[in-house]
Amino acid sequence: MATSLGENLTLAYDTVRSHKLRSALTILGVFVGTVTLMAIGSILTGMNKTVVDQLESFGTNTVFVYKFAPGIHIGRLTREERLRKPLSDADIAAVRSECGACTAISAQVMAAGNFGPPGANSANARSKSHEVDGLTFSGTEPNFPEATNQAVAEGRYFTEAENDHRENVIVVGHSVSDALFPTQDPIGQTFTISGTTFRLIGVFALRKSAGASTQDLSARIPYHTFEKLFPASQEHSIEALARPGMLTIAQDQIRVALRRSRRDKWNAPDSFGMATAESIIGQFHDITGQVALVIVAIASIGMLIGGVGVMNIMLVSVTERTREIGIRKAIGARRADITQQFLAEAVFLTGIGGILGIIGGWLISELIKFAIPSLPSSVPLWAVGMGFGISVAIGVFFGLFPAMKAAKLDPVDALRYE
Amino acid sequence: MATAASPLGTVPPVLPATDVVIQTVDLWKIYQMGTEQVAALRGVSIEIKRNEYVAIMGPSGSGKSTLMNLIGCLDSPTKGQYWLNHQQVSELDDDALAHIRNHEIGFVFQTFNLLARATALHNVELPLIYAGVESAQRSARALEALKKVDLVDRKDHRPNELSGGQRQRVAIARALINNPSILLADEPTGNLDSTTSNEIMGLMDRLWSQGNTVVLVTHEPDIAEYAHRVIFIRDGQVARDEPTARGRKARV
Repeated sequence: MATSLGENLTLAYDTVRSHKLRSALTILGVFVGTVTLMAIGSILTGMNKTVVDQLESFGTNTVFVYKFAPGIHIGRLTREERLRKPLSDADIAAVRSECGACTAISAQVMAAGNFGPPGANSANARSKSHEVDGLTFSGTEPNFPEATNQAVAEGRYFTEAENDHRENVIVVGHSVSDALFPTQDPIGQTFTISGTTFRLIGVFALRKSAGASTQDLSARIPYHTFEKLFPASQEHSIEALARPGMLTIAQDQIRVALRRSRRDKWNAPDSFGMATAESIIGQFHDITGQVALVIVAIASIGMLIGGVGVMNIMLVSVTERTREIGIRKAIGARRADITQQFLAEAVFLTGIGGILGIIGGWLISELIKFAIPSLPSSVPLWAVGMGFGISVAIGVFFGLFPAMKAAKLDPVDALRYE
Repeated sequence: MATAASPLGTVPPVLPATDVVIQTVDLWKIYQMGTEQVAALRGVSIEIKRNEYVAIMGPSGSGKSTLMNLIGCLDSPTKGQYWLNHQQVSELDDDALAHIRNHEIGFVFQTFNLLARATALHNVELPLIYAGVESAQRSARALEALKKVDLVDRKDHRPNELSGGQRQRVAIARALINNPSILLADEPTGNLDSTTSNEIMGLMDRLWSQGNTVVLVTHEPDIAEYAHRVIFIRDGQVARDEPTARGRKARV
């Protein structure tokens, strides 16, 4: 090849510099496409990180059992699902007696409709001078911290005796104690939830996960106390910690126990749901993966439109520079030289659009991180690679036709062109 | 359509003698204008030797521009042979012709045809880029060429910062940079005043005396007088081929 890439890029840079406005307008489509890709990519990454952190903080060896499949639901419940009975005490007892692979099993009970996405139907707590909203309020058994991989940092969790005696004792997440008792030692203090006064006996350790964790906003009271205070509560769940390396066996044992105690027919699906942190994360990844695919498709349409703009302006450029092409051919430029020159120009244009888009997308990602601390958005490498890659590919694809048109010009005609 | 015999008679297509740079044998160029065929050249046979100084003259429409385009390898003949420096170029493809233009021919145009956005130095360098010469060597050689036309002090100026005469000198430096077999000048003084014209023709003269082969295309008799031989083209044929006053003097 006679002309080097450096030579062509210098030429391209000169051309872009001498047509600043035109170039800026031309790369707008590619720029916006790349920004979209980057921004959505970083939001998805942030959401992923939040969800994965929160789920993993529950413990990767814990099995969650609920009457519906835990995790993300799309669409309406089926008739069978709507008619499902809540997990009963008999179900819990069956799991307890048959899951040999489990080390700790805790039943949990919540007010109706209170088991769901964070913040939905959540409780409100007041101390003398402070108040906090959005609590995850439930009744649990004494081994709940063990079963769900949580530690009590201050004070203690409640005992079997306190559970049996239905005492009004409570253990809360870090955010709750901070909000209610910012200046005092929280242990031994009292406050009310839904008109009932509780004595605070322990505070969970602060979660390491990014953003606000639902566990930092939790309020746990003894299982039987909850049943006494809210007799209508039917939202039961079971958290079971499997022995190390026996997560699958534990799941099988729980499934067998529950199918028998809930009298599921041999050919009917489970009338309950079971999940692990891993399975929910997998589910979430599937969804974000599909969202990402849709976003890439939409961004690509933007890029494609940008590409047509690039082709248009390159055709104008070729016409405007017919004489230049003639001169270059007269002094010895071959077809390949001319093709490369104009192709480099198109790729340079879209490449700049891509790089600016990457910078713009990164700025948006930082802005989101700053504005919404619970969404630790960060630009994923695939979005950077894809943004730049698609930009360059658009330049090649839409630059090729004008470049070949330029290369095919007849030198005599081109020199005569006014 | 009458087939015209060349004034030199029918030249057999044999390999030209060693000191012959340009030899055309019965060169035809026919353009298709709609349904009609128009012959711009009707069998032109000429021979130009090394270090000749030749002017090609003729009224507009005579076919002299077509002949120049063929000699300059910008175009291919419809019929006939063209030997440039012992190479039959009438059968070469686009890229091979580009290579010939780059190495064998130095163009000087009436309208200078410099790249407006490039400096004088870069304009002179341009043929070397397509010849694949390295960057450092390129600037050195371009500077050398600018020195030959006394424009070293203007090397960083763009064409619009140069006078007409200076622009044409840059173009001449560009034409010379690859040591071409022929210097092909198409109305080199057409856009210049008479003082500058004389200056440019003086430069062409100097280049000829340094051993270059110069082919001048013009319709101005006084410019043609700088050459040693004039080939008159009329209706696509060679009408006359004779030495100028200067050429006769040189021969005596």
